[in-house]
Amino acid sequence: MPDFPGSAIIAVDVTKTYGDFTALAGVSIHVQPGECLAILGPNGAGKTTLTEILEGYRDRDSGEVNVLGVDPGKPNPAWKAKIGIVLQQASDMADLTVGETISHFAKYYPNPANVDEVIGAVGLTEKVNARNGKLSGGQRRRLDVALGIIGNPEVLFLDEPTTGFDPEARREFWVLIDRLKSEGTTILLTTHYLDEAQYLADRVAVIARGRIVAQGVPDSIGDRNNAIVSWTNNGREFTESTAEPTAFVQQLATQFIGEIPQLSVRRASLEDAYLELIAQDRDANDRDFVGGDLS
Amino acid sequence: MRALRMGLGRIGIELKQFFRDRESAVFNFLLPMILLVIFGSVFGGQELGDSGITFAQYFVAGMIASGILYTSFQNLAISIPMEREDGTLKRLQGTPMPRSAYFIGKIGMVFVAYIAQVTILIAVGVIFYGIDLPTTPLAIFTFVWVSVLGLIAWTLLGIAYSVVPKQGKGAAALVSPIVLVLQFTSGVFFVFSDLPQWMQTFASLFPLKWLTQAMRSVFLPDTAAAMEVAGSFELGMTAVVLVIWIGIGAVLATVFFRWTPRGAS
Repeated sequence: MPDFPGSAIIAVDVTKTYGDFTALAGVSIHVQPGECLAILGPNGAGKTTLTEILEGYRDRDSGEVNVLGVDPGKPNPAWKAKIGIVLQQASDMADLTVGETISHFAKYYPNPANVDEVIGAVGLTEKVNARNGKLSGGQRRRLDVALGIIGNPEVLFLDEPTTGFDPEARREFWVLIDRLKSEGTTILLTTHYLDEAQYLADRVAVIARGRIVAQGVPDSIGDRNNAIVSWTNNGREFTESTAEPTAFVQQLATQFIGEIPQLSVRRASLEDAYLELIAQDRDANDRDFVGGDLS
Repeated sequence: MRALRMGLGRIGIELKQFFRDRESAVFNFLLPMILLVIFGSVFGGQELGDSGITFAQYFVAGMIASGILYTSFQNLAISIPMEREDGTLKRLQGTPMPRSAYFIGKIGMVFVAYIAQVTILIAVGVIFYGIDLPTTPLAIFTFVWVSVLGLIAWTLLGIAYSVVPKQGKGAAALVSPIVLVLQFTSGVFFVFSDLPQWMQTFASLFPLKWLTQAMRSVFLPDTAAAMEVAGSFELGMTAVVLVIWIGIGAVLATVFFRWTPRGAS
């Protein structure tokens, strides 16, 4: 059993099924204090199930889970005071104002952050007297984040925090999360956006069909030694993924007189690596399925 | 102590939501007043037999007893499913707030809303329909204990019934028929002693009949006791029935209340 002493979050071989559906088929992750781990994966891969087990909302079928020294399956108020949770899109408390909501939730925590500072940090100062139900999608999400951080959490869970944001709002949100990171908050982030994971996460874990298929720093995920070479020939586009781009381009240059049209060479991005991993996983699944059918 | 302090802190939040939500404010708070104005305007001046008691006087007692149902049972059985669906309960579970604080907030909201509602109902009755108010300390004492026991019983039943509507939307359709049927059979809209006997027997199984009868003991003169089916207001029996229903409500609420929507685990 892997052991990560001093981790803020540890999950070892966690499984969870809903009827016939296996949501988690033995997932292990760990997050060090002050670290940000991003969980990437397609819809239905098990991101939210894993997060909700760590938050204490769901029971697991088997496996070990430990968040700040406590089993989330047996939560206590002192532990909950150290956890901040930003759930997926919410629409509750529509008739309260932003200020009322945040100052009320501050009272639940023994050591809350300053209410005005939190409202300022999430950029809702001008909306402090607006009803929650009248906020735009992005503003509403920032309110959720404010409620997640009002208790000065040591561990913050962010479940798809920027879904529905415009690019500018997403940038502002990243700056906010960066600030929390620099203050030492441990963050577990699930997201669909690879640029978000690249920007915020110290490490990423890719989850597909309930299993972690890759884990590491964003630049190491998947086959990142490859480069993507692309060019055109008589109006047709070509791309090639290669571990030896220099040799490849030299060889390619011999086929053209002068310049190679529209040549570009770039490192495989996290997105390329992620898409490759998910595609490999899908192929493996298809093979499993055929094999299972024959036996 | 933490639970009590946080629960008391929730009362204000609950009241703000209760009054700001237009549907809730109309359906749970204003409706008894609207009904009092309509019934009072149509039948208010009519005398019940030759008792010298106006229908308005009789109806105010029934409307105040109904107010207990509106502010507790109907209010909670509709609003809790909505809060379960929209994520309020899930969010609260993720905070260090003790679960009991949620219920303390609900109970506090119910009591404050009821006091405000009764005050307005009485004011409307006095100003527009000239109803007489109780003056004896005994009548006021009866009013207080009947209200308190009735609110506790119906609050618990509302918390328990909140598991019946699967969705917040449409909860009202599953709750208000119960309230209406009980009102029609318990002597709120009609004089109870005029109802068919089977209907009287049916209503006697539930707390509303006893609440309306006890409220009549508060708002009608002592001579009106002769008009009751039993020949008295049966206050002792009222206390017994309410305590039994508090027990039933406590068991049902404890056993069946859910923090999560059905299907989530």
